[in-house]
Amino acid sequence: MAEFKEISPNASAGAKLENWLHNRFPTAFDAYKVHMSEYYAPKNFNFWYFFGSLALLVLVIQIVTGIFLVMHYKPDAANAFASVEYIMRDVPWGWLIRYMHSTGASAFFIVVYLHMFKAMIYGSYRKPRELVWIFGCLIFLMLMAEAFFGYLLPWGQMSYWGAQVIVNLFSAVPFVGPDLALLIRGDYVVSDATLNRFFSFHVIAIPLVLIGLVVAHLFALHDVGSNNPDGIDIKAKDQPKDEHGHPVDGIPFHPYYTVHDMVGVSVFLMVFSAIIFFAPELGGYFLEFNNFIPADPLKTPPHIAPVWYFTPFYSMLRATTDVMVQVLCGVIAISAIITLLRGGLSTLGKGIVVVGAVVGIALLLTFDAKFWGVVVMGGAVIILFFLPWLDHSPVKSIRYRPDWHKYLYGIFVALFLVLGYLGVKPPSDAGTIVSQIGTLYYFGFFLLMPWWSKAGQFKPVPDRVTFHPH
Amino acid sequence: MKRIIATLLTSLCLGAGLTSTALASEGGIEWDRFPTHKMNDLAALQNGAKIFVNYCLNCHSANFMRYNRLKDIGLTEEQIKGNLLFASEKVGETMKVSLDPKQAKDWFGATPPDLTVIARSRADGAKGTGADYLYTYLRKYYRDETKATGWNNLAFPSVAMPHVLWELQGVRTAKFEEQKDPHDPSKVTHVFKDFVQVTPGTMTPQQYDESVADLVAYLQWMGEPAQGQRFRLGIIVVLFLLGFTVFAWRLNASYWKDIK
Repeated sequence: MAEFKEISPNASAGAKLENWLHNRFPTAFDAYKVHMSEYYAPKNFNFWYFFGSLALLVLVIQIVTGIFLVMHYKPDAANAFASVEYIMRDVPWGWLIRYMHSTGASAFFIVVYLHMFKAMIYGSYRKPRELVWIFGCLIFLMLMAEAFFGYLLPWGQMSYWGAQVIVNLFSAVPFVGPDLALLIRGDYVVSDATLNRFFSFHVIAIPLVLIGLVVAHLFALHDVGSNNPDGIDIKAKDQPKDEHGHPVDGIPFHPYYTVHDMVGVSVFLMVFSAIIFFAPELGGYFLEFNNFIPADPLKTPPHIAPVWYFTPFYSMLRATTDVMVQVLCGVIAISAIITLLRGGLSTLGKGIVVVGAVVGIALLLTFDAKFWGVVVMGGAVIILFFLPWLDHSPVKSIRYRPDWHKYLYGIFVALFLVLGYLGVKPPSDAGTIVSQIGTLYYFGFFLLMPWWSKAGQFKPVPDRVTFHPH
Repeated sequence: MKRIIATLLTSLCLGAGLTSTALASEGGIEWDRFPTHKMNDLAALQNGAKIFVNYCLNCHSANFMRYNRLKDIGLTEEQIKGNLLFASEKVGETMKVSLDPKQAKDWFGATPPDLTVIARSRADGAKGTGADYLYTYLRKYYRDETKATGWNNLAFPSVAMPHVLWELQGVRTAKFEEQKDPHDPSKVTHVFKDFVQVTPGTMTPQQYDESVADLVAYLQWMGEPAQGQRFRLGIIVVLFLLGFTVFAWRLNASYWKDIK
């Protein structure tokens, strides 16, 4: 137990209160130091470093607006749609709360995608930050689940049929699929039972996990320290320190980054408010027009679209046709042959490669392309978890990588956006081919990273971070 | 509207085929532009409310819309009670309809949809707003004896709803021209040419367009009664944040000037 401190009776009331609290709850004071006033962050953060704190802000917006929505929303197939309109009309400021929540959902994904991109280009997932990255990937996964469950709740046509389509994806899993889909729905079609369990997941289960993961993400980050655009570890042994042992290139998070993030928050809120107040539907992307028609199990809409933030992955699902499965078989065969030709493998190793390739191709041809589509879609998210071990580059930051690496990242981003665009469009022959190319590039980018990331002429990394005073 | 059919998922979810609404929004005619200035015209909104209550509310409900919300477009409670309500209804009630949905389905072949948020649901990213659609749709009726109701619509072919506003517009027929299908010369397509006024209505075509615009303005307003307030508040919020950004930027600079 910490030492109990006495304070002079002449001290100010504020000092007395602080001492009283300090004697009874020192943990809070320690936490403030560790995470705020004495958390030394590199001083060379740039634009990309706003999105972490913005993600936290959006999480808080979603939780607070969510609490107020639940006060008036009815998770009941007969009343859900009406209760949302009740919130929009009869609840004082209900429209604002609802628009904040619906816009917040899309904003969350925008901010998180940009935050992930930052980690990718500056190598923030590399040793010793692997766990920070993995917690982040889990947050992304939970966020997708949270968005999916939440989207059913307004009980409009797109809510209903979107849920129907996504739950049916699980029925593609071999052997247990149909039972699994039944378990998720709680019924043979999406119904009141589904709405009730999705509501429970959306307001309790997933948010609890999400908050836990965010805490783990931040604790793990503050244990190992933040990366920065130069990828130089300011807390490393060879980095200069001041007389207290703090890194010279680090500055206390509070007040320096709190005031810094305030600028980012303000600009973000300006864009966020402009959407809420002037274009809450954002052309049908944030609130889909079809979702203003109450769910009708007997009337299938002609076009069922996931919300925009799922569409890159949805495109990969659609890209996995029978032809694509054959291409994947070819890719496996070619990679096995290359591995064998490169040599250096024992007889056992060669045997494993051959058996592995044969089993892989056999599995691809045994199960339906639909199932592999689901595997590809899921795999596109799961593969992110392995990024720390796929990247073999001798430098962390893209700044000191060969220029052609930058093009690879550029194409990666461009194709990800193209996949997203194609995912909101109806399928077409040309679109399918482009999305197949995009899918192959996406997986090739990650799976071939152990080879390409260490190739090329790297630039010398400076001794200290680059910083230009304001 | 986002058009997505998953080839992989067709078997899962697209059993029911296209609805007639889908056909109307698919291809079909270009939408006219709803005169948006009507949204700022209280007299137009009030006239629209009157047309809505007199013509639409007999078959269509507006189950989420309360009568007393009409105070937002400048009507007094007395005006609402005196002109728009049946004696049995209370001003705090929503705009219900006594038509039995089952009977309606028997009579028209479709249940008349609730109209509270109709203007929001009919938008199409490529073609226009929901108001554009409604403004077009309500002005494209013509006499067609081959249909059960005796009416047809260019914006919504084979629509179940008869032309409720026909007394105002009068009776029109549509003239179609036969054209060879450019893709298949053996087939002939009918291309719309013109409307022909058979009997005049109580309104001139200009008056009719104005009245429909008023009605659509009302439908658009009813879809989101808070929209005016939303817009006005938005300007204040964004202006405040603009000022706050400048403040945050300068505050940040004053802290960071120590960091070398």
